[in-house]
Amino acid sequence: MLSRRPLLAVGLLAPLLAARPTGLRAQADKRLLLSGSSTVAPLVLEIAKRFESLNPGVRIEVQTGGSSRGLADARQGRVAFGMVSRALKPEEADLQAYTLARDGIGLIVHRSNPVVALSAAQVQAIYTGQVRDWAAVGGPARPISVVHKAEGRSTQELFLQHFGLPGSAVKPQVVIGDNAQGIKTVAGNPGAIGYVSIGSAEFEAGLGTPIRLLPMDGVPATVAEVQRGRFPISRPLNLVSAQAPTGLAARFLAYARSPAVHDLVREQFFVPV
Amino acid sequence: MSRSERGLGRALGALALLSGVLLLGIVAHLLIRSWPVLAGPQAPGLGGLLGLDGGPGGWHPLEGRFDLSPMIAASAAAAGGALLLAAPFGLACAIHEHFLAGPRTARLQRLAIGLLAGIPSVVFGLWGLTVLVPLIGRWQPPGASLLAAMLVLALMIVPTVALLASAALAQVPRSVLQGAAALGLSRRAIVLGVALPAARSGLWAALLLALARALGETLAVLMVAGNVVAWPAGLFEPLRVLTANIALEMAYAEGLHRASLYAAGLLLTALVLLLAGLGLLAGRGLRAGRAQTLPGADTPAAPAALRPLP
Repeated sequence: MLSRRPLLAVGLLAPLLAARPTGLRAQADKRLLLSGSSTVAPLVLEIAKRFESLNPGVRIEVQTGGSSRGLADARQGRVAFGMVSRALKPEEADLQAYTLARDGIGLIVHRSNPVVALSAAQVQAIYTGQVRDWAAVGGPARPISVVHKAEGRSTQELFLQHFGLPGSAVKPQVVIGDNAQGIKTVAGNPGAIGYVSIGSAEFEAGLGTPIRLLPMDGVPATVAEVQRGRFPISRPLNLVSAQAPTGLAARFLAYARSPAVHDLVREQFFVPV
Repeated sequence: MSRSERGLGRALGALALLSGVLLLGIVAHLLIRSWPVLAGPQAPGLGGLLGLDGGPGGWHPLEGRFDLSPMIAASAAAAGGALLLAAPFGLACAIHEHFLAGPRTARLQRLAIGLLAGIPSVVFGLWGLTVLVPLIGRWQPPGASLLAAMLVLALMIVPTVALLASAALAQVPRSVLQGAAALGLSRRAIVLGVALPAARSGLWAALLLALARALGETLAVLMVAGNVVAWPAGLFEPLRVLTANIALEMAYAEGLHRASLYAAGLLLTALVLLLAGLGLLAGRGLRAGRAQTLPGADTPAAPAALRPLP
């Protein structure tokens, strides 16, 4: 009994010791650290898992914290790559962006909703609360439930930017977190309208979930159109770095952009490039 | 006590101490992480977080506005409403199990409530989102609302109330019930006039702990409450509770925004600890009351009047 107790103590302390900052024991040729966007992170994690199994001894760590953290970490050289779920802005030209995949954002309504298309002005009127009934945009007399994403999500930022809406002008009835929640909310409410990642909406609609994607500026909201680059609201999912990658980082980048990971990209409902 | 028993005692004691230290560690961590928003250079401070500084208010973290007060009110409304709904059902379960049900029914009921307590909250949330919210929405769109949150939370805390109230009733000294029966009181009078008052403090503890559970629940409320930041204005209005706010925004929050989410966590922890503390105090009242009965007064067999009707 007595001899077991030190063992127990070691067992309890081990996780604490293991959680020390990874930079302290990093070995440049065997470890890679990435940080940034929580949209890109799940995809990179899957790619990293496969890369590790192909390259025994290599460890790839992925930390989330948002696109801005990815940018800051990449700039300061703390990570091999930052993950950024949008195109780089002009003031970020000091960084190199490598696109892994694309993601389109489409408007969804309930399948029973007869409205086939909405103009940009109609979408703006609905999201700012000027139009509150489907009858005003050619639908049945039924109140509109506006489904919006939580403030600061990159999907929300892109949507607002496309329609030129300031965040505080939107009058939502429901605020959601991730795509799955948005799809379930719209599927459960015949009067709802929302916007989500096109890949996941197409996948769910294919499974029989009662939602329908609306075309945008006359372009059907499909993964194929995003891939062709014709769909108006889409964004690249990028890895960024300050210097051209070398060694392990370069090998990982080449692998992450190769057709060998396209199945992983599709599994995350993104569009391969 | 043998040597191995002493060893076991020490090992268990060490583990118990460790859990206490972990709790302190969590509180300290929350405090450190939320410090920038409580006392940093551009911090709104506690007054700003609670909406007491007379600023523009509102929760617009990207514009530097961190007013948590609508969400505090929403949490209180959802948890309080849920408790109002759940308390009668939970207490009824406990009373039925102890005084009215036959042994087999009581066992079945205990099993069912135990199962209900074990259902993961995401399942309640999924049910709420796909069944309850559309149902309410057909009547009062959009359906995601305070009412939906209250109903889902109530369903989740009924087992908490039932199990803890049942434990409180089980602690009522048999001698008290025997005395009541010996006085010729009816079953109804024994339950309402003797057993419930005798278990009062334990029942209060059950309600307080259920309230704490409702306050801390995240996922199920996140899925049904609509999550619009607004003061609770009606049963059919959507609102956002504190826990849902953390879950929604933690993934990408940075700087003061992140710190303010930690502050929300600190606030919630403080509230839950306060409720748990009150629950403990109420429970201690029960034990003090019990110590007054004479030792040996309890007999193993319950008097006939207390057994369920054949």
